Amino acid sequence: MTALLDVRDFSVAFGASQPVKGVSFTANPGEMLAIVGESGSGKSLTALGLIGLLPRHAKTGGEIRFDGRNLLGQSERDWRKIRGRDIGMIFQEPMTSLNPVLTVGEQITEVLRIHEHVDRKQARQRAVELLELVNIPEARKRVDDYPHQLSGGMRQRVMIAIGVACNPKLLIADEATTALDVTIQAQILQLLDNLRRDLNMAVILITHDLGIVAQWADRVMVMYAGRKVEEGLPEPVFTNPYHPYTRGLLGASPRAESGHHYRQGPLIEIPGSIVSATGEKGCAFRPRCPSAQASCGFAVPPLRQITEDRLAACPFTPTSFVSHVHDASLRS
Amino acid sequence: MTLPDRLLRRVRRIFFQAIPTVLGIVILNFFLLQFAPGDAADVMAAEAGSATVETMADLRSRFGLDLPVIHQLLNYLNNLAHFSLGYSPRYGMPVAELIGQRLPGTLVLMSAALLFALTIGVVLGSLMAQFSGRLPDRVLSVGSLLFYSVPGFWIGLMLILLFSVKLGWLPSGGDSTIGSNLTGFALLADKARYIVLPALSLSLYYLAIYARLTRAAMLEVKSQDYVRTARAKGVSPLRLVLRHILRNALIPITTLAGMHIGGMLGGAVVVETVFSWPGLGRLAFEAVMARDFSVLLGILLLSSFVVIIVNATVDLLQAWLDPRIGESR
Repeated sequence: MTALLDVRDFSVAFGASQPVKGVSFTANPGEMLAIVGESGSGKSLTALGLIGLLPRHAKTGGEIRFDGRNLLGQSERDWRKIRGRDIGMIFQEPMTSLNPVLTVGEQITEVLRIHEHVDRKQARQRAVELLELVNIPEARKRVDDYPHQLSGGMRQRVMIAIGVACNPKLLIADEATTALDVTIQAQILQLLDNLRRDLNMAVILITHDLGIVAQWADRVMVMYAGRKVEEGLPEPVFTNPYHPYTRGLLGASPRAESGHHYRQGPLIEIPGSIVSATGEKGCAFRPRCPSAQASCGFAVPPLRQITEDRLAACPFTPTSFVSHVHDASLRS
Repeated sequence: MTLPDRLLRRVRRIFFQAIPTVLGIVILNFFLLQFAPGDAADVMAAEAGSATVETMADLRSRFGLDLPVIHQLLNYLNNLAHFSLGYSPRYGMPVAELIGQRLPGTLVLMSAALLFALTIGVVLGSLMAQFSGRLPDRVLSVGSLLFYSVPGFWIGLMLILLFSVKLGWLPSGGDSTIGSNLTGFALLADKARYIVLPALSLSLYYLAIYARLTRAAMLEVKSQDYVRTARAKGVSPLRLVLRHILRNALIPITTLAGMHIGGMLGGAVVVETVFSWPGLGRLAFEAVMARDFSVLLGILLLSSFVVIIVNATVDLLQAWLDPRIGESR
């Protein structure tokens, strides 16, 4: 099967700094790919790059092959044809991502009217259907509501309705559930999961919530300081993480069974901060890595193929330093 | 709640709030004017130059100026209750008629100036926001700062100098060609020629304010999440500006423009004087000088009506522009 999206060595630079340093990944139709990483890892910039919404002064490199053609370097006019029609996007803040002075119906029909030849009446009918599709009760009444009359979860459903209105082949959800409370989160993710199956749509889920990834994603890609450091199926990645950063992330996720509670002591964290990656010649994670060796500082470790669908950018095998991880994370 | 429902509710509320407001304004103004030294009889006597104590007492009793203050107020309110603004001793005609003569001139001048200031201001502000930080923005910023700081009468005089004296394109004062007996379209065209310069000099100050405000508001709205959402939908740049950015940016501008209408009504005195435009501003000024309080009270009452009506209109406009306004009450 040829991939729907094939990103090759994609990079983003602002002047001298390069927050995305060449990432490659693919997404297949109907697949849910999760990109995880902490703030500053370049995951959101990568997402904005996929839809051509990076700031004007950003310099991009590499290739974004979508449906067989390279999107990078195409004109703004061509980008506009793709945005909303072939690639939909949902953003983090449902409270502010909808225009407060337009009804939800107007905002849904807008995308339909731009990309499809439908008249006002048909577009409105489609908007009602879309609201029903995203499980909004009384869709016929809600279509004339303004965003401030809806709850956060409802608004995110409206955002999804806008995102999928033109049956896009790819939907990017940039921290789409972060601002919602946990029960609503699950509902929204369930909805996304159903939609991608029904519409055979690839979904790129950008998040820092590993629980979400484990439960919903088909494949996970871990980013650190603008590079992909590990990729694989969620199960093996989480039970047997290869890269020390992935291990650190897992260690830092509070879990009920681990017995750690913020009342008893500080929560586990990865020591240091992502800022330490700036200007690092070798592995960007070296300053924070509990098992860094002298050789880590020489060159950026290349991605290694561990198994058929498993990649990691660390030359060492995890068994040799599993025991360090816990010490290191408790050290700070 | 649907839009007509919301608007209707607002209109009702505004109406019931207006009655006590207007009454308060009338009474307050009445007492304030009593503090001014002298009265109409003094001024008339001084102008005549030969008044005796008897004629002055006669004048006072004729205009009701010899009554106790509270009596005068009750008389005035009684008149108002019968929809009469009283009588001007100086002009020798009913105040309502006097104001009626001047009101159209002021309204026309005011709306022409405001319309010009708003349209051009918003257009220039949008341009400035679009090119923010680049050359067009810089040039327009300096220009707007200049118009903001230069007084209106000076601009008026310079406009007269340029367009009337040097170029001879436009008349320097008045509101129509005297004794021309024009009708229909020709009359309209003639009036339009006379209004250009006064409207322009009155509007430049406001134009500068609206341009700067539009620029700031649009830049703020531009960075909002929903603008990014709109771009992610594939919205074209023009549509983005008109439908998503400008509409949200217009809300603060309508507030300010509404406040300006009240100010323009009385504040056009200087421009009206420079261009000898027969408007309310000049009438008010003359009424103050002549201590012609019934005229002044009439103008103040009218101004308060205009301000209330304009505020209500702005309220309604904003309720229409922004559905979040006026929902929860």
